[in-house]
Parts: sequence; C-alpha cells; structure tokens
Amino acid sequence: MSQKVLLSEKEINIILHRLACQLLENHLDFENTVLIGIQPRGTFLADRLTKILKEDYKVKHIDLGFLDITFYRDDFRRGEKPLEATATKINFLIEDKNVVLIDDVLYTGRSINAALTALQSFGRPKDVELLTLIDRRFSRHLPIQPNYRGRQVDAINDEKVKVMWKENDGADVIYLINK
Amino acid sequence: MSELSVKHLLGIKYLKESDIQLIFETADHFKEVINRSIKKVPSLRDITIANIFFENSTRTKLSFELAEKRLSADVINFSSAQSSVKKGETLIDTVNNILAMKVDMVVMRHPNPGAGIFLSKHVNASIVNAGDGAHEHPTQALLDSYSIRERLGDVAGKNVVIVGDILHSRVALSNIFALKLQGANVKVCGPKTLLPKHIESLGVEVETDLRKALNWCDVVNMLRIQNERLDISYFPTTREYTQQFGVNKALLESLDKEIVIMHPGPINRGVEITSDVADSKQSIILNQVENGVAIRMAVIYLLASKIK
Repeated sequence: MSQKVLLSEKEINIILHRLACQLLENHLDFENTVLIGIQPRGTFLADRLTKILKEDYKVKHIDLGFLDITFYRDDFRRGEKPLEATATKINFLIEDKNVVLIDDVLYTGRSINAALTALQSFGRPKDVELLTLIDRRFSRHLPIQPNYRGRQVDAINDEKVKVMWKENDGADVIYLINK
Repeated sequence: MSELSVKHLLGIKYLKESDIQLIFETADHFKEVINRSIKKVPSLRDITIANIFFENSTRTKLSFELAEKRLSADVINFSSAQSSVKKGETLIDTVNNILAMKVDMVVMRHPNPGAGIFLSKHVNASIVNAGDGAHEHPTQALLDSYSIRERLGDVAGKNVVIVGDILHSRVALSNIFALKLQGANVKVCGPKTLLPKHIESLGVEVETDLRKALNWCDVVNMLRIQNERLDISYFPTTREYTQQFGVNKALLESLDKEIVIMHPGPINRGVEITSDVADSKQSIILNQVENGVAIRMAVIYLLASKIK
C-alpha cells in the first residue's frame, strides 16, 4: 500500500474558502437554503463550510443538518461488511427549501442517490444541489454531477481517496491511497 | 461491533451483552425514523417475512408487522385458527410450505416452549421468537430494557422487581436474562405458588412482601395473571391477589421514592394495577409499546443483514 498527498492543509483551506464564496454567490443570506452533510464523513466538510460562512463572511444564520443514508442504500446485504448506521440530525423542515447536499468524495454516485431518496422523508425541497470536495472523474455509475466541486481527480478503481480532518483525524490532508 | 453474534433471535439466553447494545444503538436510529412525518425506510425491500402465530396476540403481532412494513419488507400473516394446522399438518411441514414461497424470515409465536429452537434446526430461514410458551419472549425483554435505559439513562446497577405470575411468564424469564446480562439487580415478587422453585439459581432474589420490594426498587415490572395458563388454583381469589400484589396510588405514595412503572400488557385494570397508576406520569407503559416497534425494526434489520 502506498499513499501520496493529493492536497495539503493550505490547499484545502483555499478550496474551502472558494466553495464558501460560490455558495454565497448563489444563496446570499441563506434564508431559504439549508446545508445537509452526509454521514459519516460529509459532516466535517459541512461543519467547516458553515463555520467559514459565519465567521469570515458574516452570514447570520445557517440551517445545518446531518443525514444518515444507511437504511436507504442499495447495497444492503451485498457488501462484505454489515452497514453501520449513524445519527440523522435534521431539526428543520426542508419543504420548499434550497437544499445543498455536502459530501467529501463523489465516486460512483450511489451514496448521493441514496441521500436523494432519504431526503424525501423530510419533505419536498424546492431544489437540491450537490457540493463535494473531491470529484472522482470517470467513475460514476449513475448520472449524478456536483454543482460545486473542490478538486477533480482521476483515480483508478483500486485507488482510494481519503479525506482527513483536523477535528477527527488530527490534520487537514487528502491522500490518494494505492491498495 | 456491527454484527449480531447469532443468526436467529430465539431467546435472550443466546445473546451476548454486546448484541443487546448493538440492538439498542440500532433502535435509537429507528426511533428517530418512526418519529418523522414519513416513517418508512427502503432497507428490506427485497426481504419477505412470514408472521406465524399459533397463539393469540394483539400488541406483538401488530408491532412486528408495523416494524416489518416500516422497513419495506413484504409481509405475509398466518394464524393457526384459520389454517391447515387444524387439519393435522405438522409444524415443520407448515413452515416449509411457507418457505417454499421464498420467505427469508419467520417470526413465530407458539404455545410450546422451544418451538423456535426446534424450527431453527430444521428449516432454512432466520427465526425470530415472538414468544414460545412459558419459555422466552426476547423482543419484549429487549424493549423493556430499552425503555428503562431511555427513562433512567442506564440499565446497569438499577434495581428492578418483577411482580406477579413468574411461573408461567415468558416475559419474566427473558427479562431476568436480559437484566442480569446488563448488570441490573433483579428481584421477583409474587405468591409463593407462582414463583418457580430454584429461581434463585438465575441470580435473582425472591421477595414475597410487595411493599418491601417496591421500597427497594427503581423500576417495577407488573405482570398479568395468565388465567389461560392457570391449570389449578394458585391463590384463593383474585381479590386477595390484588390486596397483596396489586399496585395502587396509595401504596406508591407511601413509598420513600418515585419508582418507574412498567407493564408488558395486556393490563387487567384493577387486578395487578389500578387505572390511576397505569395512566400516571410514573408509568412508561405506552413508551414500551412505542419502543417495541423500534426494537423489532432493529432486530429484523440486524438479522436480515446476515441473510446471504
């Protein structure tokens, strides 16, 4: 197994600020917009973007939720390991809201497909956008593309993109791991 | 741990403590799901479950069926009253015929102790015991412990007394196994005729004075007198039973502390528990019913994930 650094802390920071500005450009005061991080690892990115928007760009209020997609996945009983659920925390209605789904890596698109199904349990959103930090090109199984992307990466199938966060893994860094 | 150590849920006796914790953690997620406006998840859309009831049931049957439907499983129901069992078909034949219709899981209630265990050895499906005679009723014990955990934060170290017909009660036996496994202290209380001999060997204490038992406990689980199972007279009259082992408001108010009241249902109001107690703030009887759905969803979900 070998790994190389795809993005360093400094690069991640620049990208996060760019993504925050792009969100700001489209949603301004976030009055009718909610951010939803996909569990388990999209939540760190969602948290970080919310923090940047509030502290650096003075957005007063942002609705932030976390969505667990375990029970909506299409690979139940198909994988080697059983699926483990995490908590869903959405304390607001998404009826008629602009929803931005946030995940760290977009790969086959199946997680996002499950998230779109899961979202239906919380109402009918006005529209849904997708933000990902890493977009793995040419690896999609479904017609799903991000509206906001941090960095596009060409990775072959037995490679893995691992996003590490300071608050969880000790450092902000993204690795490309060769299995 | 993210997987159960068993393929079937036949009794609490066959579970590990970590299995119970996994079921509780999974039930936490399902409890959030069933409190949404859309209470359904698509996880088990390719699973078919047969509910086979050889004995009457309201709550358990409804609760299982609802849990299965909330998980999007296909459900078929069978009760022995309207079936070929009356024509002399054996249990294995009945179940194998149902399985031939491509059923993945069987939820069964049966009047004979050990029926689920017997079935698990002879048919190729995941078996969930929904009560087998006076033996075990594992999902009831799980939802009871889950409700205690929800109200008091933890089950370990809590004092729980089970009052009533311990001799004929599968709820009592499963509860004793579950509570002891999680580190609770358990006493049983009832007329001596309705307490099994050597019950102490399960690690529980016997108390025949209800007031003493209530003063000791944090939680009391009141059981029903199972008239349908009482083949001989175990106590003189129902009125005498109520006087000695029934819980009423005056008795509760005379205690040193406020205790939590549980009852697995169906309640015989005015016999083991008065209406004002059953409907009081101390009672978590309806929480038990709500948690029953979440617990059964968790059990079915976790067992289904082991079907290949």
